Amino acid sequence: MNTMDFQEVGLREINRALQAVDSLTNSREWAIENPMGQHAIACGINAPLSVHIKGNVGFYCAGMNQQAEVIIDGHAGVGLAENMMSGIVRVKGNASQSAGATGHGGLLVIEGDASSRCGISMKGIDIVVGGSVGHMSAFMGQVGHMVVCGDAGEALGDSIYEAKLYVAGSVESLGADCIEKEMTAEHEQTLADLLERSQINKSVQSFRRYGSARKLYNFDIDHADEY
Amino acid sequence: MDENIPRVTPRESATFDEYTRSEIRRAASTGIYDIRGGGAKRHLPNFDDLLFLGASISRYPLEGYRERCGTDVTLGGLNASKPLELKIPITVAGMSFGSLSGQAKESLGRGANLAGTSTTTGDGGMTPEERGHSKQLVYQYLPSRYGMNPDDLRKADAIEIVVGQGAKPGGGGMLMGQKINDRVAEMRSLPKGIDQRSACRHPDWTGPDDLEIKILELREITNWEKPIYVKVAGSRPYYDTALAVKAGADVVVLDGMQGGTAATQNVFIEHVGQPTLACVRPAVQALQDLDMHRKVQLIVSGGIRNGADVAKAMALGADAVAVGSAALIALGDNDPRYEAEYNKLGSTAGAYDAWHLGHDPAGITTQEPELASRLDPEVAGRRLANYLKVMTLEAQTIARACGKNHLHNLEPEDLCALTVEAAAMAGVPLAGTSWIPGQTPY
Repeated sequence: MNTMDFQEVGLREINRALQAVDSLTNSREWAIENPMGQHAIACGINAPLSVHIKGNVGFYCAGMNQQAEVIIDGHAGVGLAENMMSGIVRVKGNASQSAGATGHGGLLVIEGDASSRCGISMKGIDIVVGGSVGHMSAFMGQVGHMVVCGDAGEALGDSIYEAKLYVAGSVESLGADCIEKEMTAEHEQTLADLLERSQINKSVQSFRRYGSARKLYNFDIDHADEY
Repeated sequence: MDENIPRVTPRESATFDEYTRSEIRRAASTGIYDIRGGGAKRHLPNFDDLLFLGASISRYPLEGYRERCGTDVTLGGLNASKPLELKIPITVAGMSFGSLSGQAKESLGRGANLAGTSTTTGDGGMTPEERGHSKQLVYQYLPSRYGMNPDDLRKADAIEIVVGQGAKPGGGGMLMGQKINDRVAEMRSLPKGIDQRSACRHPDWTGPDDLEIKILELREITNWEKPIYVKVAGSRPYYDTALAVKAGADVVVLDGMQGGTAATQNVFIEHVGQPTLACVRPAVQALQDLDMHRKVQLIVSGGIRNGADVAKAMALGADAVAVGSAALIALGDNDPRYEAEYNKLGSTAGAYDAWHLGHDPAGITTQEPELASRLDPEVAGRRLANYLKVMTLEAQTIARACGKNHLHNLEPEDLCALTVEAAAMAGVPLAGTSWIPGQTPY
C-alpha cells in the first residue's frame, strides 16, 4: 500500500504519482489521506489501480477515470467521475450535482444520494445510486444505465436518447420525451447484474424502467411545445 | 382609370422588402424557422470602417521586402509548460468533423501546417486523420462532450473550452440527421440519422468559480503542459474576458457575430451578439485592467477576411486572429464553378448556406462520399496555405508602412475611423478629428 497525505504533498504530487503508474505495475494499492474536500483529486488516472480516498472530496474527483477503482470514504462534490471512461468509482456518502456527467464507460456507485443532473449527457457509463437523485437527472442521456434505488426528482430523463433508467421509488415527474417502458426479463437481468456489481442489495422487482419515446429525435413542428 | 392623371411609381416597402416577404412565405408554408450555416449576413460595422494612418514625418516606415517585420506568436505561456509557437498570428478556428467532411478537415490541417499555424477540432471529437494531418491541433472542450476522452486530450497541443460562439451566444448546436452517418454517430454515441443537439451549457460547471476548478482539472489531467483557451462569444466582452482570465485561462478566444456556425436558426445568427469590431477594445481593456494584456493572449475571430482585418484586430490589441468561414472559402466553399449545382439547390454561389443539409457541391459541408471525394485535401490544403500566407504578407505590408517591425507592435494610434459608430466601438478617433466618441470632447 502506497499512502499519500494531501496535506503534506498537495494535489499535483498526488495526481502526478497516480498518473505516472505503469499499467503493468505491481504497486496497485494507493491510499490518500486528508483530502480536505479538495478538487480534482485522482483525476486522469489510466491504470488498473485501487485508490482509497479517506475523506470528503471536492469537484471532479476521479474525472475521466480509466481502468482504476477509486473509493471515496466520504462525500463528493460536483462532477464526480465526470467523463469517466472505464473502471469503478464508488462514493460511500452522497454526491453533489452532475455526478457521472458525460461518462463514456465504467461503473459509478453512489451509496448515498445524488444531487441534480446525475448522469447528465451520459454516454455509456453505468450509474447505480443507493439513495435518491435530484432533478433533471439523466438529462440528454445517450447511452448507459442509471439505477436509482430511492426516488427521482422532477424532469427525470428530460430529452433522453438511448440511456436506460431504472427507479425503485417514486418519480416526481418525467422530462420531455421520457416515458415508462416495459421491464422485460432481459432488463431485469441487466438490472440484477448492475446491483450485484455495485454490492447493493435491492429486489429487482421493485424497479420500474424509463427511457426515450423517441418522438423528439427529428425536429417536428407539431412537437414544438415539448421542447 | 384616367390616362391623364400622372401615376405614382409602384413602391416596395422598405420594411417588407423582397427577402422579408420571402421569409414570411417560407415560414407560413413550412411552420419551421430557417436553419442555415455561416455567420451574420446583414451589414454590420466592421474593420472596413477603420483605416491605417501610415507613416509620415512623425512616424518612420520600414522598407518593404527588406526590413524584417515579425509575425510569430506564442500562445499559452502563462501556465502551460508547452505553449504553442506559431509562425503567423492567424489560426484556423474550430470546425467539427461531422459538420465538415473528413477531406475538409484534412485540408484544414494540411493548410495550417504549411503556413505554420494551428487548426482546431470541433463538436464531435478528434479524428485520427485530423490529428495526423495537424502539427498543432487545438482540441475543443464543448458542452456536448461528444467524443471527449482523456487520450485525445493528452494528444492535443492546446485545449479550448468553448463557452460561446459568435454566431449564437447562449445557444447550442444542431447537426441534422442526414449528416449523422455511421462514423459520425459512433463518435457522438448517438443513433444514426437523428438530429443531434449540442448543449448550450456545460454539464458540470455553471459560473466562473466552477470554471476555475474545471480548468484546474484539465491541467491536472494533462500534466500542466497544454495551454488552456477559453472561447467566448461577442456578447459581454469586457466581463467575459475578465472572468475567463480570473478563471485561469491562458488564452481568450473572442468570436464576434460574423463568426460562422454549421447550423443555427437564422434569427439567432442575425439578432444575437455584437459585431467583432465592437468586441475587441472592451476585451483588451479587461486584459489591461487586470494587467494581463500580452500575458493572456487574445485571439479574435468573426469575419476576418484579409490582411487588413488581421492588422486592424492586432492594432486594437489582439495577439492573433482565427479564420473559419474564410478558410472554407479558400478550400472552395461557394466556388462559382459549382454554380449550376447551387442553382439546383435553390441557391447561388456566394449565397449557399444550407450547410446543415449536407448536399454541398464543393464537398466541404457534407458527409456524402461522392460529394466529399470532390475535395482533394492536398490541393485544398495548398489553397488554404496560400491564402494564409497572403493575409500575413498583407498585414506585414501595413505594419511596415506604420513603422512596425512586428505585427504585435501595431497599436490603436495607427488607426482612424470612417464613421462615428466605428470610432466609438474601436476607441479610435474619427478620421480628420481627434474625437473618440465617449472618451474625448469633440
